[in-house]
Amino acid sequence: MPQTMVQKILAAHAGRERVEPGELVDVPVDVVLANDITAPIAIDAFNRLGAGEVFNADRIMLVPDHFAPNKDIKAAEQNRTLRLFTREQELTNKFVEGRAGIEHVMLPERGLVLPGDIVIGGDSHTCTYGALGALATGMGSTDIGVAMATGRTWMRVPETMRFVYRGELPRWVTGKDLILHTIGEIGSDGALYRAMEFGGEAITQLNMEQRLTITNMVIEAGGKCGFVEADAVTRAYVEERATRPYKVYHADEGAAYHALYEFDVSDMEPQIACPYSPANVKPLSQVKPVAVDQVFIGSCTNGRLSDLAVAADLLEGRPVAENVRCIVIPGSQRVFLDALKLGYLQTFTEAGCVVSTSTCGPCLGGYMGVLAAGEVCVSTSNRNFRGRMGHRDAQVYLANPAVAASSAILGRIGGPEEVA
Amino acid sequence: MKLTGTAWRYGDNVDTDVIIPARYLNVSDPQELAEHCMEDLDETFATSVQSGDMIVAGTNFGSGSSREHAPIAIKAAGVSCVVAEGFARIFYRNAFNIGLPILECPEAVAGTSKHDRLEVEPESGVIRNLTTGETFHAQPIPDFMLDIIRAGGLVPYTRQRLAAVGS
Repeated sequence: MPQTMVQKILAAHAGRERVEPGELVDVPVDVVLANDITAPIAIDAFNRLGAGEVFNADRIMLVPDHFAPNKDIKAAEQNRTLRLFTREQELTNKFVEGRAGIEHVMLPERGLVLPGDIVIGGDSHTCTYGALGALATGMGSTDIGVAMATGRTWMRVPETMRFVYRGELPRWVTGKDLILHTIGEIGSDGALYRAMEFGGEAITQLNMEQRLTITNMVIEAGGKCGFVEADAVTRAYVEERATRPYKVYHADEGAAYHALYEFDVSDMEPQIACPYSPANVKPLSQVKPVAVDQVFIGSCTNGRLSDLAVAADLLEGRPVAENVRCIVIPGSQRVFLDALKLGYLQTFTEAGCVVSTSTCGPCLGGYMGVLAAGEVCVSTSNRNFRGRMGHRDAQVYLANPAVAASSAILGRIGGPEEVA
Repeated sequence: MKLTGTAWRYGDNVDTDVIIPARYLNVSDPQELAEHCMEDLDETFATSVQSGDMIVAGTNFGSGSSREHAPIAIKAAGVSCVVAEGFARIFYRNAFNIGLPILECPEAVAGTSKHDRLEVEPESGVIRNLTTGETFHAQPIPDFMLDIIRAGGLVPYTRQRLAAVGS
């Protein structure tokens, strides 16, 4: 009997030939992660268990990124909890500002999460690693604290929805646009409790960074995890980074799917998610050219080098509009250094952008670009809920980096064809 | 266990950013979180909610972030139970893990108005609207989740399992 990706990875970890959707399985986990917001509660759960030691010091990643570098005293206290635990438990990977970055940018980049892994994270965007072929999903702090002690967790085997993208991607249409369009089609609970598999020739054309953008947002459709079919791009990306052995799984021919969606991308435009839902998606041409106060280019969705390259190309010689704050935050220190060497950071600075060290910062209204009531922001991040980036009456439009950079130049929502 | 309280009625897709905005996540103290619970959706909630009250909402309750601070804030605000048409996956696990009873029951949601008095038995899934006199039956909670509730949450449940392995 053929199986989907998620069935095969869960079966392998459970020591079974196959598992069926709906079953509850108890499985070992390969990587457990948490950030400065979720780790303190996870560490508290771990301590209450009385386990003493973590199950494997190589496989626990505690990343200060949401409010780090420390945004205030309370954040500093939370970050200290995480740092002390990292030291006390002698965790192999110590993530410190200046040598780290946003968890979902940094862990794939360093080969710390790999194909075939089960990864659970105290962060809903843990699903990002599905682009590599890992079963990766977000959980709450208590689940994370327990898994830090036991190295195991339970999961319900999800059904799988399959998404196939046909045709050649038009210029300026990216992985971000494919996932926004998909969420717009199925809704913010369209994949609730399910796995999402992404394939088709339009996906094959995408580099790994754009694939990571796609799986980053499966949670915005309620998905438990997402997978991109492994191919030569996957192997090339992983082989030069892997820190340990791994196994690539493929969905079987003829596996049973809950639903199959096919999209022809040949005529697709850049997509925008309008306030206040990532599922409120329209093609760029149908979005009113509203004036913008802020543009944010960064986050675990679109803070990678190729995202910055597109933005830098547009901002080269084209200054940010007078009334706009354009904030650019490379997703990791490695991305920051590469962008520095390639001249992107100089381009951004000359165009009038703010450039910062890596942090989640403004994406969740933490700091480094919080919005006032009534302000409008075009953001390359993944959520535009009410109050997400600041005041409850601020408005956030989600877009790809080219649209974000173009909107910064124009001072209103607009696309690269208007500026380039 | 029998819970009784007044219903606070909300719509679909109540996300974790409105349940507890990220600007307050520099702390994890339950009482501090409770002071800001639902603030961006309903400014009256945190100041007016009474111990035992219930949240009754539409589909995809708790969508978005994995923050366990969301069910923690709701529980610490005094809410005894959340009844919704459906829950987002991570919130569903988190609520059980920290011992906040939640039930899926579209009929009860449709049959409940703001300020109705409800009586809920989480283990049997029976929901009575004391204001209208109607009775509803929620989706049964999976046995495995009931085991976690009986143990008092995931931490005590796991302690028991670790002790069993060690003995």
